[in-house]
Amino acid sequence: MMADRDRYQRQMILPAFGLATQEKLLAAKVLIVGMGGLGCPVLQYLVGAGLGHIGIMDADKISLSNLHRQLLFTESEIGLLKVEQAAAKMRLLNSDVTIESYPFNIDQSNALQIISKYDLVIDATDNFLAKYLINDACLVLQKPFVFGAVSRYEGQVSVFNLAQEEQSINYRDLFPEAPKPGEVPSCAEAGVIGVLPGIIGAMQAAEAIKIITGIGTPLYGRLYHYNLLQGQGFEIEIAATENRIEMNEKIFLENIYEENEEEMDIPEISISEFNRMRALPEVFVLDVRERHEYPPIDFSDAQIPMSELQVKMHEIPDKEICIICHQGIRSVYAAQQISKKRNLKVYSVKGGLTAYFK
Amino acid sequence: MAITIHFFGSLVDITGQSKKELNILRDTDSLNLQLQKEYPALISTKYFIAVNQQMIKINRELNNGDIVALMPPFSGG
Repeated sequence: MMADRDRYQRQMILPAFGLATQEKLLAAKVLIVGMGGLGCPVLQYLVGAGLGHIGIMDADKISLSNLHRQLLFTESEIGLLKVEQAAAKMRLLNSDVTIESYPFNIDQSNALQIISKYDLVIDATDNFLAKYLINDACLVLQKPFVFGAVSRYEGQVSVFNLAQEEQSINYRDLFPEAPKPGEVPSCAEAGVIGVLPGIIGAMQAAEAIKIITGIGTPLYGRLYHYNLLQGQGFEIEIAATENRIEMNEKIFLENIYEENEEEMDIPEISISEFNRMRALPEVFVLDVRERHEYPPIDFSDAQIPMSELQVKMHEIPDKEICIICHQGIRSVYAAQQISKKRNLKVYSVKGGLTAYFK
Repeated sequence: MAITIHFFGSLVDITGQSKKELNILRDTDSLNLQLQKEYPALISTKYFIAVNQQMIKINRELNNGDIVALMPPFSGG
């Protein structure tokens, strides 16, 4: 396809760009995994730039709490599938671009088949399991991928697996194993300022364009950290791990990417049950949120943040323990850890403080 | 004789600061041990260490003026 000179004129007049470079973009195939805070700006800029073939993958539907950072969506689209709305809008923006939407999440059964159709993957997911899965699938298929992640006011960007050789730097060089569930709070739990994934996502799109066109120096082998509050960047050169975990199709398919913490059934209690129980003298209410989390509550007997739980296990009294957190996710993990170490009756408050204050 | 330590992400909550100056210690292992003693929550937290913006995987000697960074993983999107 001939690049439309008017549409791309502003970038084609750039030094080291030109028609040949624009044609590279139009011929490229990129898969964006995750259509949330990171995925939306990545998609918008790649479509604008004239990236020819884009796959977008996400099972989620649009919700009101998405709209402060996922500016591609509107109030009238709440409840609709993200990938379908995104694809429809992007076709209006640039008819040069072919968009394939996958309205499901990436998993072991679909990753290799879908990623193999693309030249490059953008990790715009919001959880570690997906990030490790993308990393490993890209290693198997020898595809480069652009990593991005955010937390509160800080973000990270890097390019992995670009050299496609034995010593190619990948995400497992940074953190060989995924953190355990609950060890690192998610955006839903920790919060994120809307503009931050916009910045990090735009950086991911820039890295993708650099890799495809060959202009500039990609962030390969370097982790770029951005602190929005300080307005500061910090770059770290990544060192390859000496004894790598071997990765091939068989290992990938047999690996476990699920939260398989020995599934321990933790009884979850409703807010009304919680209100009844917390009045009883034999019940101890434990808040496992981190110290900075809002709002403070006056009905807990102690606060032991999840990050300190292992070392403070002995501080928990021999009572029945009701555990509460922001959303009722960490409290289940905390309950599992406590019941592993201490022989106590533990309960998780379903829906956490979000449900409590509803 | 001092080194500067930068904390990122959740490590700022654990240590209560984003930057800290310490008298020089022999190497990164002794520095890590001292920080974990001062902030026990670090023991159960994942992070890697970089010296002068280079990630380190094994113990490394520290010199006056070194800048050490403790970086945790982020997963949000």
